[in-house]
Amino acid sequence: MNIVVLTKLVPDLVEELAIDASGAALDLAFARWIINEFDDHALEQGILLKERGGGTVIVVAPDLDGADDVLFTAAAKGADRLIKIKGDFIAANNHALARTLTAIIKELQADLVLTGVQAHNDLDGSVGPMLAECLQLPYVGYVSGVSINDGKSAIRKEYPGGLLAEMEVTLPAVLGIQAAEQPPRYVAVSKVRQAMKDFHIEEQDASDLDPGGAPEVGRMFQPEAASHAEMLTGEPAEVAEKLVNLFKELGVL
Amino acid sequence: MTQDIYVIIEHLRGQVSDISYIMLAAARELAQSTSGKVVAVLLGYNAKGLAKDFATDQVLYLDHAALADFTSDAYQKVLSDLIGREQPRAALFGNTSIGSDVASVLSMRLGLPLVSSCRNFTKDGKFVSQICGGKIMAEGDLPAPTALITIVPGGYQPDQGRSAESPSITEAGVPALDALRVTLSKYIEPEVADVDISKEPLLIAVGRGIQNKDNIELAEALAQAIGGVVCGSRPVIDQGWLAISRLVGKSGKSVKPRIYFALGISGAPEHVEAITGSDTIIAVNTDPVAPIFNVARYGIEADMFELVEVLTEQVKAAKG
Repeated sequence: MNIVVLTKLVPDLVEELAIDASGAALDLAFARWIINEFDDHALEQGILLKERGGGTVIVVAPDLDGADDVLFTAAAKGADRLIKIKGDFIAANNHALARTLTAIIKELQADLVLTGVQAHNDLDGSVGPMLAECLQLPYVGYVSGVSINDGKSAIRKEYPGGLLAEMEVTLPAVLGIQAAEQPPRYVAVSKVRQAMKDFHIEEQDASDLDPGGAPEVGRMFQPEAASHAEMLTGEPAEVAEKLVNLFKELGVL
Repeated sequence: MTQDIYVIIEHLRGQVSDISYIMLAAARELAQSTSGKVVAVLLGYNAKGLAKDFATDQVLYLDHAALADFTSDAYQKVLSDLIGREQPRAALFGNTSIGSDVASVLSMRLGLPLVSSCRNFTKDGKFVSQICGGKIMAEGDLPAPTALITIVPGGYQPDQGRSAESPSITEAGVPALDALRVTLSKYIEPEVADVDISKEPLLIAVGRGIQNKDNIELAEALAQAIGGVVCGSRPVIDQGWLAISRLVGKSGKSVKPRIYFALGISGAPEHVEAITGSDTIIAVNTDPVAPIFNVARYGIEADMFELVEVLTEQVKAAKG
């Protein structure tokens, strides 16, 4: 059983976001790239499946700052093979990413491809379903549980209000993971360092990055709020006092 | 090729989802700039009646036993056939568990452009999408020839998509739906919770800013002192720090308390869409530009830990 986990790196939202001189794109020159949090869940789900039923977990990441870190961390958590796709991915959209990954993932003969259901910077759909279509495989997203039996997968798909649907999906398949069955495991830095010694990152060249299918952005801007909160200021004790008065006014105290 | 705007209606177990009405409202705005019709596209099995309150110029109804419940494979087949044949100016999908399983696949299958997370359209028909956790808006011309678009809530009210008059319904042909690769086995009901957060008048909500499981106790202590209930955003639930019954947001509950006290919640759109029914939102965050401050009535730029401890003491004192 070959389980491929596709990770997409995204700019860390903790850092301040800036718009570049064109006014139509993010200024990513100084972005800090981190693993898309849903991909972290996809990795966890992949490792859980391997622990339960055996197999090989292959993690694929585009070559952005931070990719080595993401890959070695995955190895420390239990991944078996690490692949970095070389190319200029800073401005690559999901259509381009899906197309360039198609040949690479075909070659890996994946039984299951797991990826995050979405990423915060998606503007042209998400990479999982597009990759599934390029590979001619079925896709289900918003998945929060996977089990494999007799060449088929039984998955749990999330709907609003806590409702779940159990679905059967033929393999091979691509799944968009919303949440792994358990929180992504923590690994100590020492284990990541050990993985850097024990593992080798395989490199593959990206084919041409064809961005066709994404919309053209005319301008980007930070949302002008229709309203803004009235800010309560002061030392913690003063703010707490204001809040207590507010709670009284609103009739909950 | 038409100038019509298609709305792919979403429904679950006999109930049309709010996002469908929001999309009908969005489509009306867009149709005015393209001078086309709004066409609601309803897939189902003996489900024609669901269309009775759609504010639309026309309903296209596609009926098949395999469409009784949503599955990605069947919806993809039916909609690629329909959209490929009719070539509307745009087709709107929910940026949801249903729409997101279909729109991206159709973009590749039909070679059509796709815009995701669109919140509203401008008067002259540009899309406005909300990305990066609500911190950035991206605006652009409606891509041609047929724009596939996923819609997030926030730009329109569901009531704008409802009508007292029943629309006219036309049946459309369904392609063969055999050898489906995705099938529904069953639904699993949400676990019965100790409390129903959608009915609680005072919610203490914790987000990523809570940092670790032990800190949940701080929120619990405050909730206990004031007589409220603790709930959380997705990262907190995914870490296993609170039960899923306490999840506020897109795949959790929508809430409408008298006070929503948000601690360390940035205000990502998936969360905000579920709290707009609250009477008063009070937010505490260390990030002065956190989007939560744009929906909160009162805001405090502060480290939550110190504040919550002091506040808990003062609430206890006030109660005597």
